[in-house]
Amino acid sequence: MIPEIGNLALSFALAIALVQFFVPLVGAATNRWRWILVAGPATIGQFIFVAIAFVSLSWSFYANDFSVQFVASHSYRTLPLAYRLAATWGGHEGALLLWIFMLNVWSLAVTLMSQNLPAITRARVLAILGGLSVGFLSFIIFTSNPFTRVLPNFPLDGADLNPLLQDFGMVIHPPMLYMGYVGFAVAFAFAITALIEGQIDSLWAKWVRPWTLGAWIFLTSGVALGSWWAYYELGWGGWWFWDPVENASFMPWLIGTALLHSLAATEKRGVFKAWTILLSIAAFSFSLLGTFLVRSGVLTSVHAFANDPVRGAFILSFLGIVIGSSLVLFAFRASSVSVSGWFDWFSKELLLLINNLLLTVSAIMILMGTLFPIFAEVFDWGKISVGAPYFNLIFTVLMTPLVFLVGLGPIVNWRQYSKQQLGKQSLLAAIFALILGGITALLQSQQLLTDKLQIFLGVFLVVWLIFLVSQDLLQKSKSHNSFKFKKMPNSFYGMHLAHIGLAFAVLGVVLSSHLSVEENLRVSPNHQVNVAGYDFKFEGVQEFRGSNYDGIRGLFIVSHHGDFVANLQPEKRRYHASGQWMTEAAIDPALSRDLYVALGEQLPEGQDWAVRIYVKPFVRCIWFGALLMALGGLFAVSDRRYRKKLKSQWLGSKDDSTSMEPI
Amino acid sequence: MMKPQRKRRLIFVISIVLGLGVAIGLGLYAVKKNINLFYTPIEVARGKAPVGPLIRVGGLVVMGSVSRDPKSLKIQFKITDNAETIPVTFEGILPDLFREGQGIISMGHLRKDGLFEATEVLAKHDETYMSPEVAEAIKKAEAEAKARKGQ
Repeated sequence: MIPEIGNLALSFALAIALVQFFVPLVGAATNRWRWILVAGPATIGQFIFVAIAFVSLSWSFYANDFSVQFVASHSYRTLPLAYRLAATWGGHEGALLLWIFMLNVWSLAVTLMSQNLPAITRARVLAILGGLSVGFLSFIIFTSNPFTRVLPNFPLDGADLNPLLQDFGMVIHPPMLYMGYVGFAVAFAFAITALIEGQIDSLWAKWVRPWTLGAWIFLTSGVALGSWWAYYELGWGGWWFWDPVENASFMPWLIGTALLHSLAATEKRGVFKAWTILLSIAAFSFSLLGTFLVRSGVLTSVHAFANDPVRGAFILSFLGIVIGSSLVLFAFRASSVSVSGWFDWFSKELLLLINNLLLTVSAIMILMGTLFPIFAEVFDWGKISVGAPYFNLIFTVLMTPLVFLVGLGPIVNWRQYSKQQLGKQSLLAAIFALILGGITALLQSQQLLTDKLQIFLGVFLVVWLIFLVSQDLLQKSKSHNSFKFKKMPNSFYGMHLAHIGLAFAVLGVVLSSHLSVEENLRVSPNHQVNVAGYDFKFEGVQEFRGSNYDGIRGLFIVSHHGDFVANLQPEKRRYHASGQWMTEAAIDPALSRDLYVALGEQLPEGQDWAVRIYVKPFVRCIWFGALLMALGGLFAVSDRRYRKKLKSQWLGSKDDSTSMEPI
Repeated sequence: MMKPQRKRRLIFVISIVLGLGVAIGLGLYAVKKNINLFYTPIEVARGKAPVGPLIRVGGLVVMGSVSRDPKSLKIQFKITDNAETIPVTFEGILPDLFREGQGIISMGHLRKDGLFEATEVLAKHDETYMSPEVAEAIKKAEAEAKARKGQ
């Protein structure tokens, strides 16, 4: 019964989405007030039905209803409850439903929080969100229905959720990531509305900024969580593999970050308007592209659930329609956007422009590396894969100038700035960074010269950035009578916090990639091995029973120069339903280093085990940095000016903005 | 004489186009350098795979071919596309899904004597899954065998 309700709810949602899409758009074009007013209630209605569908699917998992195909293939009777509920998005159909649910959460938020927007603008934004919903609801209903039953001979037990996904990460990573992905739909809808209305000004940017920030916060957390999860769950200690699906989430992040910065310039100075619109379209297009890459199964990857050509074709057409029509609209309307605002060669505007270029180019480069194997297959150049060295090289080359300039960006004023002044302000930072970078690099006596250079460069950038950020924080919040600090707007603190986060992430990436010690060893019980100064004593293994698996647990006692450090208990698990083996690594975390032990396999003849023992310095800084970035975003989005009544400002500023910038 | 603002915009556009061009050129070069081609056991056996560079080879692990060094983590096994088999060595820890009869992909270097030295062994997904590369390698070998029979 419940699945049928869910199924019905999806159909209702599609019907309402169609209304939400067409009626307000036509109403706005023909000045029919009542039609325009449909947008809000339709959005709420669609949300309610999609929520019913989502809860129905979760309920089917909760109630172990194996007559539902999707539940039968992704759950198991003894699967713990948290994973059973998370299994709702543990496969193609459910993940798609989560996507749609998130889109509705954002649409609802826009309805509830944009009462101050002009009614026509608000109606158009909601209509475009409804249009996106139409596409995805049709996709799920016609190609990937999660409520399909297997009757009458349904299985007594499910095939179980892929053991890789039976983890806390599965509970939070996909919702976070999807909230981020889908959140760019709001900026996209605002951009299309602006193109339709032909009005792009500072006020538009002010509306879009908090929504973009919101999406960015979720996406930052989602990507970081994914990386952290891969690190501890996949059992080989890597935190980023340049896997196509990782790239699919990283490209929208890069474009979204660029968008945040260009929005700042558009809001404060009224510049880069067309570019900002283009980025808003691009950020969401990359999200869609990511969805296509993942859902169509064109790429072989751990994340690809589907291998159905109909699905691929459907998403590809949808992708083509959305991106194609937006770009056509852009081409016709963007030329009417006037260029305004003067700025000097040396100004904050210029630095933001460079920031945007570097971020966009790196997204394009990653896209190239990701799609290259597909093109090669289409053009019959053979089966190839593009290795991580490509991505690492590209990324290092493009990110080095970016991080360097991030230090300067906040200091430099809008319009113009004196080079001498900047030189004075950054001299001390440069000296400190050179010294600390040099010392760190020279201390690594065993490294190759190229490694030393990269460590030097990394530490230099980190010190440079942290120094300049702290200096700017102090200088700008210091009042004239020296001892008191004045309160700056939250967005100011948010920006600096996010930039410090970037510094930590860079530190983690550089130091953990160059200084990690990774050993694959053969160990015997009651013997100890030394890795990077730590003694790991292997006490042997024990068998145990989990809820839906049998396990083997090893015990390693770690000490450092005779002092006890930690007990590490890595596991191997064999899941009942699939018979699949899984490795659960044991990690002793600290900000300055992680100790990582994973059981490989028991070697034939005797009690020896193959184990991975890694010592990874500063690896945790990567996720700590990402956390700071997301926190910085939260600070920025809590800024008071976004909560002020926008309406009065809109009415007040409309006249002078139009007179200043004829569109 | 151009207006200063126009001139500035022109210089902007030119530098952006140049920058993009250089970046994409470098990118293409870097892609070319880092492409890892995939070869099937038949192709390796016929000498179509290059000796030296990093390549990927995939196939089924031959039943009973896995042998281990009792002292270290060195391991030897053979992979096949049901037409040709090639010997592979690897030192390290095999993935959880590595099993005799299972399809795997290994990344590494081909030696002159025909031994494949793997630096990485990949066996993804579940037991029923076979990576498209391996599936195609086997299909190709089968098609060839059929064609030969037909002659």
